[in-house]
Amino acid sequence: MRKEFVYLAILAVLMVALPAFVGPYALSVATLILYFAYTGQAWNVMMGFAGQLSLGHSLYVGVGAYAAGAIFFHYGIGPWAGLWVAMLLCVALGLVIGFLAFRFGISGVYFALLTIAFAEFTRIGFDHLDWLGGPGGMFLKVAQRDTWDVLNFRGPPLMYYYSMLLLTALAFVGCYFLLRSRAGYYWQAIRENEEAAQALGINTFRWKMAAVALSAAMTSISGVFFAFYYNNLFPHEIFSMNRSIELILGPVIGGIGTLFGPIFGAAVLTLLSDGITEALAALGWEIPGIKQVFYGLVLLAVVMFLPHGIWPFVAKILRITR
Amino acid sequence: MSALQVKNISKSFRGLRAVSDASFEVPAGSINGLIGPNGAGKTTIFNMIAGVYAPDGGEIVFEGRRIDGLRPDQVCAAGIGRTFQLVKPFAGLTVLDNVIVGALQRERTVAGARGHAGSILRKLGLDAKAQLPASSLTLPDRKRLEVARALATRPRLLLLDEVMAGLRPTECDQMVEVFRDINRAEGLTILLIEHVMRAVMALAQHIGVLHHGEVIARGTPEQVVRDPAVLECYLGEETKV
Repeated sequence: MRKEFVYLAILAVLMVALPAFVGPYALSVATLILYFAYTGQAWNVMMGFAGQLSLGHSLYVGVGAYAAGAIFFHYGIGPWAGLWVAMLLCVALGLVIGFLAFRFGISGVYFALLTIAFAEFTRIGFDHLDWLGGPGGMFLKVAQRDTWDVLNFRGPPLMYYYSMLLLTALAFVGCYFLLRSRAGYYWQAIRENEEAAQALGINTFRWKMAAVALSAAMTSISGVFFAFYYNNLFPHEIFSMNRSIELILGPVIGGIGTLFGPIFGAAVLTLLSDGITEALAALGWEIPGIKQVFYGLVLLAVVMFLPHGIWPFVAKILRITR
Repeated sequence: MSALQVKNISKSFRGLRAVSDASFEVPAGSINGLIGPNGAGKTTIFNMIAGVYAPDGGEIVFEGRRIDGLRPDQVCAAGIGRTFQLVKPFAGLTVLDNVIVGALQRERTVAGARGHAGSILRKLGLDAKAQLPASSLTLPDRKRLEVARALATRPRLLLLDEVMAGLRPTECDQMVEVFRDINRAEGLTILLIEHVMRAVMALAQHIGVLHHGEVIARGTPEQVVRDPAVLECYLGEETKV
């Protein structure tokens, strides 16, 4: 039991100290890993804990990004205000989708289809919103890279790295306690068998809505980060199905429903993608699409040999629970 | 005083009348059996009490309050626990966590629920398996887990749906003992649906017999087995040669 905390403390120290030892490129990769780890954790609340499969989480990233981005772009107000608007909008959207699905008994793959549909028609809608730049995109003023302007969330890459690290840590600790709370028990019961959960007095509608709302709120923060880190937003990019898939690969490969899965999966996938690129460059293979082939093969192997994800397997080797 | 009153309830599925005009009462603190051949409407009645379906007509009254048309979670909150004929464990959770989910219905904290769940597991002889995943249990243990989870919600009426089916006679007798103990110690009212006559005869003080969705006989086990209408539906009509 204690051993987990020791590993965790070592990992935390390493992550905090990391920028002192690596260059700007590695730091950007690390930031990306944390971004996927955090967003994966957010998705995991809905799928891994409560068993509700969303394949349209790019919706919340996109709406969160555009909400905070637009407020900054048009009114010059920093993301600390925009964050709340982004969260409110995403929670509202999540509740609408949840209400439609859960009220009318849409579940499983049909629920997943509904989430895709919402992401898709939001993308189409945003293409026609001139106020947000339409298909031509919205561009935030590029940051001053040397000073930490925390109020407007503009600054050097280091600031983005640490803010993502903080978010990931908060999400991890939050989920740790959530899983051990009433909500965690109820969500897992619903995931395992909804009928039995209801017979034990759980208002399954209400608790599923709560999972969607929390997941949407957490994911909207990823969106705000995305807007201020990349500074440009295009509907066809941020709302795309690819983005939704990309977000869930981490927790799926790492281990759905586990606390470490999303973090571990994000690290493995991001490093793998980078590693393949570099290995191919070193070998001098320049065949179009070959990177995707290798990436796909590795995913295939993980799914075949470790169907519960990598993390449960690693946890067994390290002899720790979960 | 009756804990549960079922008054003239009916239910049809696509024109097929599963239950018609069925009425019976369950006295508080008693153990009651509902028997009948396959397709007699037992499980339908059971599901109407548990809130899975609303009856087409009639009333279900629990402790003086109408509960027909409530959702299953509201029926549970009202004080009725149920098991499923086809067991539905939370397979990925441990045995203890399964029971904690039920215990949270009345306990304010997870720690409190954990304590209550532990005492129930001891009562049902599952405490040695508390930390195993529910998916690893054998069928008799899964049936016990079903009962443990339902009991954890601190019901005043326990509905048991064929909880003995698939058990060996000795396991069946153990289960009978458990229910008798709980009934005696806590005054828990029990309504069981059973195929296994051995269990019903051993446990129930009152029995209702269902046939084609209608209650055709009510009484003590001795009265019911001698009732010609019951014999007819179980064994077929007597014919003189």
